[in-house]
Amino acid sequence: MSIWFVPRDAAARSMGADAVAMALELRGETVIRNGSRGLLWMEPLVERAESRHGARVGWANMTAAQIEAGLPDEQSEQYVGVVEEIDYLARQNRWIYERVGVTDPVDPEDYLAHGGLSGLKNALAMSANDVVQVVTDSGLRGRGGAGFPAGIKWRTVADQSPAPHAGESPSAPAHKYICVNADEGDSGTFADRMLMEGDPFCLLEGMTIAAHAVGADRGLVYLRSEYPDAIATLQAAIWIAREQGWLGEGILGSHLNFDVEIRVGAGSYVCGEETAMLESLEGRRGMVRAKPPLPAIKGLFGTPTVINNVLTIASVPSILARGAEAYAALGQNRSLGTQVFQLAGNIAHGGIVETAFGISARELIDDFGGGTRSGRPLRAVQIGGPLGAYLAPEQLDVAMAYETLIEAGGMIGHGGVVLFDDSVNMAEQARFAMDFCVEESCGKCTPCRIGAVRGVETIDKIRAGQNVEANTELLRDLCDVMTQGSLCAMGGLTPNPVLSALNQFPEDFASPVIATG
Amino acid sequence: MSIARYPEWQAEAAATLIAPIVAAESGPVLLCLQAVQAHFGYVPGDAVGMIAEACNVSRADVHGVFTFYADLRDTSPPAVPVRLCAAEACQAVGGRKLKTDWATACGEDAELAALTGVDEPIFCLGNCALGPAALVDGELMGCADVARLKGAVTQAQAAVEAS
Repeated sequence: MSIWFVPRDAAARSMGADAVAMALELRGETVIRNGSRGLLWMEPLVERAESRHGARVGWANMTAAQIEAGLPDEQSEQYVGVVEEIDYLARQNRWIYERVGVTDPVDPEDYLAHGGLSGLKNALAMSANDVVQVVTDSGLRGRGGAGFPAGIKWRTVADQSPAPHAGESPSAPAHKYICVNADEGDSGTFADRMLMEGDPFCLLEGMTIAAHAVGADRGLVYLRSEYPDAIATLQAAIWIAREQGWLGEGILGSHLNFDVEIRVGAGSYVCGEETAMLESLEGRRGMVRAKPPLPAIKGLFGTPTVINNVLTIASVPSILARGAEAYAALGQNRSLGTQVFQLAGNIAHGGIVETAFGISARELIDDFGGGTRSGRPLRAVQIGGPLGAYLAPEQLDVAMAYETLIEAGGMIGHGGVVLFDDSVNMAEQARFAMDFCVEESCGKCTPCRIGAVRGVETIDKIRAGQNVEANTELLRDLCDVMTQGSLCAMGGLTPNPVLSALNQFPEDFASPVIATG
Repeated sequence: MSIARYPEWQAEAAATLIAPIVAAESGPVLLCLQAVQAHFGYVPGDAVGMIAEACNVSRADVHGVFTFYADLRDTSPPAVPVRLCAAEACQAVGGRKLKTDWATACGEDAELAALTGVDEPIFCLGNCALGPAALVDGELMGCADVARLKGAVTQAQAAVEAS
C-alpha cells in the first residue's frame, strides 16, 4: 500500500497542508508528516511512495477538496514526477538540509536511517581537541551574519575553565553553555525555522558535538515567539532525544553529560544580537553589551559560552560525518562549505536553495527563483535581511559569499534574498529601514536610538522636497555616524539599506510624494 | 468581546506559577512575565509587583523588562488576534496594501474589529516566500488576503466557542 507524505512545516500548513493530510487519512490512506522540501511555491507538496524509504513522486499545490474528489494520479496537471529529480532540488548540494523534507522530523528511527548521529558518534570517538580542529579545518563560519570562524570561537571556549554563575559562590556548580541563536528575525529568512521544524535532531546533535568539543554541560536555544511550530517541534524532539539517550547523562554510552532547553523570545529583533540575546536569556531587557569581555570568555551568567546560529550548529553533524576536507572543498576563498539561501519576497519559485558559496545572485534569482512572482520587471533585491543592502538588477552577477558581497557594498547576512518588482518605491524602503531601527533599537547607544528617529524625519523631508540637497547630505552624514558610532549591527548596519537605496535608486527620492509610513 | 479565553486574574494562581520558576532558574524575571501572560493572556500591574518581590529585584526592574518586549501586554488580548507581517518580504508582495485593506474591513465591521483587535504589526513570521503572511489566532497563513483572513477568523471563532 502507498504511503503519503504531507509536510508539517509551518509554510506548508499556512497553505492548507493539515486539511490535505486529514483528507487523505479520511480516505484510509497512511500519511507521514515530513518536513518541507523547501520548494515553497509548490506547497502543499504531497508525495507518494510505495514503501517507507522508496522513491517518491509528488503533486504540487494540493487541496483537501481535490483529495476528497479522488486520489491524484500521474495524469494530473499538478503532478511533478519524482521529487528528487525536480531540477530545483537536484541542482542543490544539501548538507545541512540533507534530511529536511525527507524524514519525519520527530521519528528517531527515521533520523538514524538517514545518517543521523553518525557525526556525533565520530565526534565522541575523538578527543575534544580534535573535534575543534575538524571544525576549524572545515572553514565553517558563523551563519548568523557576522561570519566569525566557528572553530576559533570553540577553541576560545574550550580553553576556559567552567565557571559558576556570576554572583554565586566560587564553590557553586561550574558550567559552560552552548547557546543557539534561533532568533531568526531577518525578513526574508526562514532557514532556521525550517531546519528546526524539519530536522530538529540535527540541531540537537550539532549542539551535543559542540558540548563535547568545548566541555559544555548545558545548552539553550533562544527561539523567537513568532515561530510557534518550531517551538513545538523542537520541544518534542528534545523530549524524544532524552528518551533515546541522545541528551542527558552518559550520551550514547560516553562520559558526556549535556542537556538542552528552549527559551522563547518575546518579540524583540535586537535580541538576535548575541549579547542582547544573553541579556534576554538572563531575564533582562535585551540591551546590547559592550565587548570585551567576549561571550566565549564571559557569556551567559558570566560563564564561557558558545553562541552560534542554528545553521552554523546544524552544519556540524554533516562535517563530522563526511569530513572537514570534503566540506572545505566547497565554496571559495574564505567562504567554504554550503550556505542555505532563502529566496523570498516577490519571487515565482521561493524557497530553500542549499548550495556551495559562490553561486551568483542572478543564478539564484533567475535559474532557481524564476524571476518575480508578479511577472513585472525586477527592480531591487535585498540580500542579507533588513540590515542588508538593496542591489539593482545590474549588480546581480555578484558571487554569493562573505567577501564578494562586502566588496559589492552589501553582506550575505543570514542568506536571505528578497525580490521587489518595479512597483516598489525605494525611498519608502529606505524610510522603513530607519523606522524599523526606531522600533527595534535597544536604546543603549545614541547613534542608533536617536539617529534612526532623525533618519526617518530626514528621509521624510527629502521626499517632501524640502532642502533636498542639504537634507541628503545630512542623511549621509547621519548614516556615517550610525555606521561608525553604534555599539552593534542594529545601528551600525541600518545605513546599508538606506544608502544603497539612495545610491542605486536616487530617482525615487527625487519625486515629491507624501510619506505613507 | 464576547469570548473569554483566559481565566480572570487571580493573585494566588499567579503566585503558584511564579514560585517554581524563581526556585529553579537563574535570571527568572522574563520567564515569570511570560508565564503570567501565557496563563492570563496579559500581565496585570499586580503581577509586576509580585514578580519583583519573588525575584528580589525592584518593581522598576520588572517594569523595565515588561516594557522592553513587544510581546508582553498589559491588557487582555482580543479573542481572535490577527497580526499582519510588516516586514520587507511581505511588503514586496502587497503587505502594505493588505494592511490598509484589513483596516478598512475592520472599519466597516465593528464586530470584526472587536474580535480581532487592532492589528499590531509583527516583523517577520518566517513565511517569506509565501507572503503576505499573517498570524490568525496563532495560526500562520500564507498568501493572505482579506477574504482568507475573514474565513480564518470565523473558523477560529467557532473553534474557540466550541472549546
